[in-house]
Amino acid sequence: MIKTDVLIIGAGPVGIFAVQQLGLIGLKSEVVDNLDKIGGQCIELYPDKPIYDIPALPECTGQSLTENLLEQIKPFKTNFHLNERVQEITKEDKNWKIQTSGKKIFLAPNIIIAAGVGSFEPRKFSINEAEKFENKGVFYSIKDKSFFNNKKVCIFGGGDSALDWAIELSKFADVTLLHRRKEFRGAEHSISVAKQLEKEGKLKIKTPFQINSIEGDSNITGITIKTEEGKIEKIATDCVLGFFGLIMKLGPIAEWGLNLDKKTIPVNTESFQTNKEGIFAIGDICTYPGKLKLILSGFHEGALAARACFKLARPNEKYRFEFTTTSKALQGRLGIKKSD
Amino acid sequence: MPKITYIEHNGKSHTIEVAKELTVMEGAVQNNIPGIDADCGGACACATCHVYVDEKWFNKLPKKENAEEDMIDVAFEPNKFSRLTCQITVTDELDGLVVKMPSKQA
Repeated sequence: MIKTDVLIIGAGPVGIFAVQQLGLIGLKSEVVDNLDKIGGQCIELYPDKPIYDIPALPECTGQSLTENLLEQIKPFKTNFHLNERVQEITKEDKNWKIQTSGKKIFLAPNIIIAAGVGSFEPRKFSINEAEKFENKGVFYSIKDKSFFNNKKVCIFGGGDSALDWAIELSKFADVTLLHRRKEFRGAEHSISVAKQLEKEGKLKIKTPFQINSIEGDSNITGITIKTEEGKIEKIATDCVLGFFGLIMKLGPIAEWGLNLDKKTIPVNTESFQTNKEGIFAIGDICTYPGKLKLILSGFHEGALAARACFKLARPNEKYRFEFTTTSKALQGRLGIKKSD
Repeated sequence: MPKITYIEHNGKSHTIEVAKELTVMEGAVQNNIPGIDADCGGACACATCHVYVDEKWFNKLPKKENAEEDMIDVAFEPNKFSRLTCQITVTDELDGLVVKMPSKQA
């Protein structure tokens, strides 16, 4: 069990900056995120797209913003628990007990939800049979590629994941790559490698096709695919892989008894506390009159939530407002040593 | 103001006035029309504001950019009339536009 002052859900820019605001006032935090990397939407959706409205940064990208924020929280040596989704929270005396999908348990008086639009999960096939065969022939990620050795594999998707896996698996499996249109959107190099493999007869490419049905009882025996005009073809296959990117889902947060307004959590603008004591929401996931879904608003929200966390984490101490420019205590926490 | 008709997957139709310069997505979100999620807020990064544009209207819209076509790849059950509403700006020419929402966005 990990004890901390604040458990932060979400490693996007707002969650990272909350670490800094908490660290400055002497509170320790741990961060949990369902993605395999730090940065949230900034990294997953638009790492290279420019952002022009971060104060004092005329231009940055999702990637550079994340890197700079991580630099800013270095003094606090914060643990990030990636590939973990918070599943359950329960109240235990004055603390929240937080359990993740990876069975990690945290104990903290405060939880800050900085989860954006929820956790990222793979987009799935829309047909009903896909669910029945999920992890039994239908996959959205690959953990052990040797599983596909000598198998017939159909890969759906037009981006880099679909192309890269088609190229890789074609070395030892019978692979068909399928996509809804003729153009692939992956890297030029991968596209030309795939086309070359097709010429050599090592990879089949079928476009423009989408999945129509999956056939089989306990194991998949084949699939049918269709064009937009309704032309249907049948392919014998053992496995079906779908690489359609990630989608955001609110997930277990909806079951914690928090007030919800559509997919957002109402908060008061003094402390950013939700309807539950010790649970705060900041960034895109919170809502209040006048809410703007801007990264800069999330930074402000985190600063206020951090002060509110102090009261529950240090009930016997008095919080003092100080500036980093002048406070020795704050500079000490930042690891700044001045020789004067 | 131009009128836009949004038809839910169950057939329920909503015709509303949307101010010029807003996107078709913003028109739906600001008027609480169900069926358009717009998770990323309009950055052409999530494909959850996906619609099927009425056949009569499809060719009257400004053409898709590559980024939109790429995102439609991951939309829920796309077809040849698929568009992302965050990439369609409302103009006088679009007065009367009809779009249909898919059964879900993801």
